[in-house]
Amino acid sequence: MSDSKNSEGRSAGARGSDGRNEVARLAVLKTYKLYAGGRFPRSESGRVYEVTDSKSGQWLANAPLASRKDARDAVVAARRAFAGWSGATAYNRGQVLYRVAEMLEGRREQFGREVAEAEGLSRAKAAAAVDAAVDRWVWYAGWTDKIAQVAGGANPVAGPFFNLSTPEPTGVVAVLAPQDSSLLGLVSVLAPVIATGNTAVVVAAERAPLPALSLGEVLATSDVPAGVVNILSGRTAELAAPLAAHQDVNALDLTGAPTALAVDLEIAAAETLKRLRRPSPAESWTADPGTGRLTAWLETKTVWHTMGV
Amino acid sequence: MAFEYAPAPESRAILDLAPSYGLFIDGEFAEAADGAVFKSVSPSSEEVLAEVARAGEADVERAVAAARRAFGTWSALPGAERGKYLFRIARILQERSRELAVLESLDNGKPIRETRDIDLPLVAAHFFYYAGWADKLAYAGYGPDPRPLGVAGQVIPWNFPLLMLSWKIAPALAAGNTVVLKPAETTPLSALFFADICRQAGLPRGVVNILPGYGDAGAALVAHPDVDKVAFTGSTEVGRSIARTVAGTRKRVTLELGGKAANIVFDDAPIDQAVEGIVDGIFFNQGHVCCAGSRLLVQESVQDEVLDALKRRMATLRVGDPLDKNTDIGAINSAAQLARITELAAAGEAEGAQRWAPPCELPSAGYWFAPTLFTGVTQAHRIAREEIFGPVLSVLTFRTPAEAVEKANNTPYGLAAGIWSEKGSRILSVADKLRAGVVWANTFNKFDPTSPFGGYKESGYGREGGRHGLEGYLDV
Repeated sequence: MSDSKNSEGRSAGARGSDGRNEVARLAVLKTYKLYAGGRFPRSESGRVYEVTDSKSGQWLANAPLASRKDARDAVVAARRAFAGWSGATAYNRGQVLYRVAEMLEGRREQFGREVAEAEGLSRAKAAAAVDAAVDRWVWYAGWTDKIAQVAGGANPVAGPFFNLSTPEPTGVVAVLAPQDSSLLGLVSVLAPVIATGNTAVVVAAERAPLPALSLGEVLATSDVPAGVVNILSGRTAELAAPLAAHQDVNALDLTGAPTALAVDLEIAAAETLKRLRRPSPAESWTADPGTGRLTAWLETKTVWHTMGV
Repeated sequence: MAFEYAPAPESRAILDLAPSYGLFIDGEFAEAADGAVFKSVSPSSEEVLAEVARAGEADVERAVAAARRAFGTWSALPGAERGKYLFRIARILQERSRELAVLESLDNGKPIRETRDIDLPLVAAHFFYYAGWADKLAYAGYGPDPRPLGVAGQVIPWNFPLLMLSWKIAPALAAGNTVVLKPAETTPLSALFFADICRQAGLPRGVVNILPGYGDAGAALVAHPDVDKVAFTGSTEVGRSIARTVAGTRKRVTLELGGKAANIVFDDAPIDQAVEGIVDGIFFNQGHVCCAGSRLLVQESVQDEVLDALKRRMATLRVGDPLDKNTDIGAINSAAQLARITELAAAGEAEGAQRWAPPCELPSAGYWFAPTLFTGVTQAHRIAREEIFGPVLSVLTFRTPAEAVEKANNTPYGLAAGIWSEKGSRILSVADKLRAGVVWANTFNKFDPTSPFGGYKESGYGREGGRHGLEGYLDV
């Protein structure tokens, strides 16, 4: 799709309907940038790659082709943000996630167009995907202050001890976003990571990164602290390798990894015993998400204290 | 005047040790396919206790096939019936606990006081606890109809041979899996006695298979394509290689790996209790504990007081015959482990830390290491960074709670930690900031089947114990 607005916008001029020579307004195109550490840098490498409409093949934008160095910088930003974000109250994190939903709701039109172009969907289907993505933020916003009660609890140990198990975020999570769903899929894998207090470095869908890069703009205006989410566009294989091997990345979501690549990444991740989530071909982005993606990035801390008088 | 202790040895008479033992496959004891055997020696006397069949790849093949055959009927049993088998096993473990305690002390070298009062009661408790889950899996929080995974390949270490077996087998069976378990090569005997308990309990053939052997058998088990779940407790190094092996497969994995736990003593701590906790933290089970409190972080203002009291207490520790009921510290499990402890302790001295050990006479035969303390340790020292897995304590100091937290977390491990303070707000705040799976406050080294155990960071993933321990054995 995107026929009318974009193609017109990108041509130098057009003939008015009354036949008179009229200079149509030239659309202002957007330079898409990475989102890292709360800022919008170009790739440090200066590289870009062409992103095209999935159906027509028409040029849409030059997305940054992030480098390994960009990936490492993003990890630094994510690590720096971890103490503050994981230390925020669950109530506060819920407020922030809900704010993301609010901001996304206000930009449904923009995302509808971007998703349609990215995935070759009809306007209606793209709009439905955007709505589902908004609703998913709302779903996870509501989980932030409930997951500890559901996944943790008191243990009735046999002895004079008070003993409590509490879930805690595992740290910096590298997320390879699904390749087939540029916004709904992305939100479905990202929101649970940060809902639980982790920070994220996300590699956007390789061929359809624009909705992800635009989501960065939404996050930046949604009270999400700088560095909590970092979004990279580029070659999944190139960016995933340094993230899988990185000593300061605690977990790796392989959802968007091609099968052959996933095995190599899993082997690399074994060196640092990263928590892993393997890709599942059966995963549906429209199904009830459950809690599996929340608990995947949680540790359980059990605190014992003596009891007596 | 000081009174000498009279020896108080536990009798070995209750233990009927055969000269040789086979593998336990499909409900039968059998020789290894290639006839290989190895000897299990008592680390306290170097006496050969028995000859044991040594599993190889062909035996792994047979055992996995037996477990696969048994899986269909075992997983189809109503949970209540599966639970009853586990209750039976728990009861027989209680009935035979004295025999097993003696056996475990002999084969492992740990004091009878610990096997009798800690290991065996916990082993039975784990089977009781998970027995009750077998018919309540739908209530465990993993969905209304959680399914077992299939065949579980389990590899356990030598430090708590029977306890680690119970941590692995009880939840696996409760969830409806069948298991192939490889005990460590230095401590295979109690697992084979457990096989006999399975027979007494009438457990269906093939549900539990035991393969004594070395690392090659463990590696073959982990790599076997018909194993659905891998559970391992042991070193981080082996854990890494297991994580590599299962990469690209659908196998589920839980790993309980090494640790370098910090035991943090604040200036307001009850010093006498803290000293008991420090001693328990590092000298329990000769320090062969993944969650041992091997780094003592003591607030500078009470350093002298704590160290004086600690040295006084350490001088009363009795090292010697594991079967003597007065013994606090038994034998190091193997010559190889003793060599590693000796090497690391030497590195501590070479790097400038001050070594101290109480005067203590060690037996001439067997593998022994006196309880040892290092002061003047910095975070860069090997003895502060590497897991020693022996009775060696490294003492570091700190001034503020923030510094204590930073030093405690300055390790790739994240299994356990201890906090000693009378101030509740401080305990809660520090516990919150520690990156460790278990935090003991004003106590140390406590375990309970209802309580999840497992590490952050490179101490592995997954939890054992409690409701959380079921997750690793269920398709959720």
